[in-house]
Amino acid sequence: MAALRIPTPLRAYTNGQSEVQVSGATISEALNDLTNQFSALKPHLFNENEELRPFVNLFVGETNIKDLQGLSTPIKDGDRLMLIPSIAGGARND
Amino acid sequence: MIDELSHEQILRYSRHLLMPEVGLQGQLKLKNSSALVIGTGGLGSPVALYLAAAGIGRIGLVDFDVVDTSNLQRQVIHGTSTVGKLKVESARDRLLDLNPDIQVDIYNEPYTSANALQIAKDYDVIIDGTDNFPTRYLTNDVAVMLGKPNIYGSIFRFDGQVSVFYAKEGPCYRCLFPEPPPPGLVPSCAEGGVLGVLPGTVGTLQATEAIKVLLGIGEPLIGKLLLYNALDMSFDFVKLKKNPKCRVCGEHADIKELIDYEEFCGVPGHGGDETSAGAGWDIRPQDAKKRLEQERDLILLDVREPHELEIAALPGAVNIPLGQVAQRMAELDSSREMIIFCKRGSRSARAIEILASAGFKKMKNLQGGINAWAEEVDKSLPVY
Repeated sequence: MAALRIPTPLRAYTNGQSEVQVSGATISEALNDLTNQFSALKPHLFNENEELRPFVNLFVGETNIKDLQGLSTPIKDGDRLMLIPSIAGGARND
Repeated sequence: MIDELSHEQILRYSRHLLMPEVGLQGQLKLKNSSALVIGTGGLGSPVALYLAAAGIGRIGLVDFDVVDTSNLQRQVIHGTSTVGKLKVESARDRLLDLNPDIQVDIYNEPYTSANALQIAKDYDVIIDGTDNFPTRYLTNDVAVMLGKPNIYGSIFRFDGQVSVFYAKEGPCYRCLFPEPPPPGLVPSCAEGGVLGVLPGTVGTLQATEAIKVLLGIGEPLIGKLLLYNALDMSFDFVKLKKNPKCRVCGEHADIKELIDYEEFCGVPGHGGDETSAGAGWDIRPQDAKKRLEQERDLILLDVREPHELEIAALPGAVNIPLGQVAQRMAELDSSREMIIFCKRGSRSARAIEILASAGFKKMKNLQGGINAWAEEVDKSLPVY
C-alpha cells in the first residue's frame, strides 16, 4: 500500500479525505485502485482515452512520474504519492 | 545607480545591514533593484508591503479594481479608509507611508497581451499575484520571453503553492502545467473562498524568494515547488524539471509571442460576465419579485451550498447545491416555472445550462443572485 495525498480541490470527490491508501505495483494500478474507491475522481484525472490529463501532475516522493516511467512507474509499499493540482486563486466572488 | 546610503537610510535598514548576507552592499543592491507585482490582492498585499519595507528601489503595481469591503479579510495593504478607491492608488499610498524612500509606479489597467511586455520589461523580477489562469499563463510567458524570474504563488482555500519559475536556470510554469484544466473541471466556485491568512503566508514566501533572487543569496525555489496546506500545517517540496517539449521555453518552443490567453484557457481572465445565463434566461430581481407574487406555483431554486443559507436565504426556496443539480434534477418538476439563484448569478447560470441540456425550458436566472435581491428587493438581507 502507498499513501496518496489528495489536494484540497479534489477532496470533494474523496469524501473529504486528505490521504487515501492505494494498492498496486505501478502508478497505473494505484490510480485504478483510487478511482475504484472514488469513481467521481476519474474524470478529473483521466480523459476519454484513459490517458492522464495533461494538467494532472502526480509525484512519487519528490519526483514527477513524467520524469520517471509515467503510468508504468513502479511503486513500493510505503511510497508517498502526491497529486499536485493546478490552482489559480481562491477568492472568486461567485 | 545609487552607490551609498544616507544616514536616515542606514538607520531604516540597520537590521539588514547587520547581517553579512545582506550588509551595505546587499542593501544597495535592493535599492537599485525593481520588482513588478501583478495584482494587489491577497498575494500582492504582503508581497508589496515586505518588498517596500525591505527597500526595493522601485516597485510596480498592476491592478484595475477598486477596494471593496470584502477584500479586507485578506488584502491587508488596503484599509477601511480606502474602500472605493483604486487598488493601485490605495496600495501605493500605503507603501509610501511604510517607506517613502522607494519609488512606486502604478498601472491601473488589466495586465494583458497588449501591454504586458511593455510594462514588465524594465523590472528585474516579476511577481505573480494573480487569481486566474489566463493571467498566470500570460505572466509566465512574459517572464520567459523577457528572460526574467517569475516568483510564483497560488492559493486555493487552504492550499498554497510557491516556486520560482526562471526559464534561464530551470523550468517555467508551463513545464509543470502545459495547459490549464478545462473550465468544467476547475473546482466549482461553490467551493471558493479562501482562508484570509493563507495568501499572507504564501505572499510572504514569494517576497522572501524575490529578495533572495535580487540579492543572489541562498537557494531560491528554482526547480522546486513548495506545497503548503494550512489545515495540516504541512510543507512539502517536489522537484521540477524543465520540460524539453515546453511550448514556451523548450528546445522547439512554438510560442514566440504572446497569445490570446482567455481563448487558450477557455475562460475570461477579467471583465468577463459569467453571471449571465444569456439573453432570454436572465431576470432582474424586481421582475422576479413580481413573478413570485403572480405565480404561486413557481419553484424558487437555490443552488448555493447549505452553509451559505445561514448567511442569507429566501423563504420557500428549494436548496440543491450546484454540484448536485445533475444527479437530483428528478426532484424538480420541469412543467413548473422556475427561478434559479445563487450568490451572484454565476452558479445559477451554470445550473441553467445543466438543466437546459436535460430539457428544462421554463427557467430564469436571478441576475446578480441573492446579493442583488438584498440590494434591490429586500434590504433586510445582508450582502456577502
